[in-house]
Amino acid sequence: MSMDLYEIFLQPFVEFGFMRRALVACVALALGSAPMGTLLVLRRMSLMGDAMAHAVLPGAAIGFALAGFSLPAMGAGGLAAALLVAVLAGWVAQVTTQREDASFAAFYLIALAAGVLIVSTHGSPVDLMHVLFGSILAVDDTALVTVAGVASVTLLVVAAAYRPLLVASVDPGFLRSVGGRERALHFVFLALVVLNLVAGFQALGTLMAVGLMMLPATAARFWAREVWSLAATATGIALFSGAGGLLLSYHLQLPSGPAIVLLAGAAYLVSLAAGRHDSLLARRTALHAHRVA
Amino acid sequence: MRSFVTLVVALVLLGIALPLRAQTTRPLQVVASFSILADMLREVAGDAAQVHSLVGANADAHVFEPTPADAQRLAKADLVVVNGLHFEGWIDRLVRSSGYRGPVIEASRGIEPRRAGRAADPHAWQSLAHAQRYVENMRAALVAAAPAQAAAINARAAAYRERIVALDASARAAFEAVPREQRRVVSTHDAFGYLGDAYGITFISPRAWNTDSEASAAAVASVIRQVRQHQARALFVENITDRRSIERIAQETGAHVGGTLYSDALSQPGAGADTYLRLYAHNVKSIAAALQAVAAR
Repeated sequence: MSMDLYEIFLQPFVEFGFMRRALVACVALALGSAPMGTLLVLRRMSLMGDAMAHAVLPGAAIGFALAGFSLPAMGAGGLAAALLVAVLAGWVAQVTTQREDASFAAFYLIALAAGVLIVSTHGSPVDLMHVLFGSILAVDDTALVTVAGVASVTLLVVAAAYRPLLVASVDPGFLRSVGGRERALHFVFLALVVLNLVAGFQALGTLMAVGLMMLPATAARFWAREVWSLAATATGIALFSGAGGLLLSYHLQLPSGPAIVLLAGAAYLVSLAAGRHDSLLARRTALHAHRVA
Repeated sequence: MRSFVTLVVALVLLGIALPLRAQTTRPLQVVASFSILADMLREVAGDAAQVHSLVGANADAHVFEPTPADAQRLAKADLVVVNGLHFEGWIDRLVRSSGYRGPVIEASRGIEPRRAGRAADPHAWQSLAHAQRYVENMRAALVAAAPAQAAAINARAAAYRERIVALDASARAAFEAVPREQRRVVSTHDAFGYLGDAYGITFISPRAWNTDSEASAAAVASVIRQVRQHQARALFVENITDRRSIERIAQETGAHVGGTLYSDALSQPGAGADTYLRLYAHNVKSIAAALQAVAAR
């Protein structure tokens, strides 16, 4: 007997609360993170997510040293450390000619080393990151509200400041030549990215947060050209990966986080091979057309 | 006629007994957070429970990624047992989000944990005295969940505790062969503080040891310096894959290099540490052998 559509697509979410929570968390993460990922790709800062995963360590360790095993304290500490790294790196990129990826690498490595130092001198035999970072199936009410709140704030800010955000992303050099308002806006953008990442780490783990931010955004470049359509495509791919990955992991008994990220990775590979713009297939077709003509 | 009455009575008795039997022999569904707890629970519960471990044997809790099947098992469980002392990290949140509403038992409840820095050291099962408290907490929880099986569970728990006490005595004897001041071990695991406290062994964990990467020259030098400085007799290193650097350390310090110590997970079945008691006996044997090898030299 084969499974009908209801059993494949709906029954897991109808029957199990943890599947519904995971799905809502994926939707919130996709809506907030995918546009941020798109802007990061345009700014050639695709590796910022991985850098941030390490940058939260010293802040989380200080939060632990002050308040013990308090998730809000460790989360707030991690957020503060990541914000500090982002603001310093952004500032260096504005006042010097050094590009942002280089200044990010420098500051996150400093933060990581400081974090390891604090953990090994004031730390605990418990892995703090294991307490702080979560998993997509372990989303509780607080985590859900956090991710959804961050996604809402992100969408509101992007809607309100769409134009300048876009200009700054397409031409980073522009920021150096303009006034304080545009510069301030760039820091707002960096803060939003950090907020999305740290909320994602805490609720869903680093794998999910960075994976759903960057993979759909890189895949979207093979399908769309304008920034709005890039962001929309990335959000769509992220939503598809989230829901599809959850269903795959449910039916095939696979770990959910890797299943979702691998599905987003598959979407990237398919886009690379057969996307509308600049994909391997599109290049071959264009070359062929050129020869014929 | 008489045989007919007997038959009827027998059938009626059977009819009463069968559903009772079916009810009492349905095994409890118990979920443990990691393999060591699961093994202890199986020893105590016997046939009374089916025990599932979230983080399996030979698996690292820190890289554990749950599947929806794990969450389903949690949701349908009758009893969930965790270590406590923050060992489980976000797995606590997984239990909550799965929709499980039954009791969550902390196996370490009632233990006065040793402090390591600001935090309590969660690896309390590395003390056989504390392990007896684990068994008692599990016994009480299982009896509360399956009162009909109380007698069998109590008997199994008592027998298991006796085996733990016996292992403790033999471990004590093994270490007493080494003078107290020579029981100094350098280990890259930070999980053996309780074992050290129990048998008067000083565990020194090297700083500057990054478990993620290959040993650098500086890290090897730092271990050598610490072994010398603390006059450690034995050395247990987990993350040196290069055999040559281990031999270098051993030659420069005169310390004996021991084999694998098991900290947070059982080995695969058949690999020498596939139950909690075998794991503990293996660690004791490895440490005692390494210490004695140096004493004999």
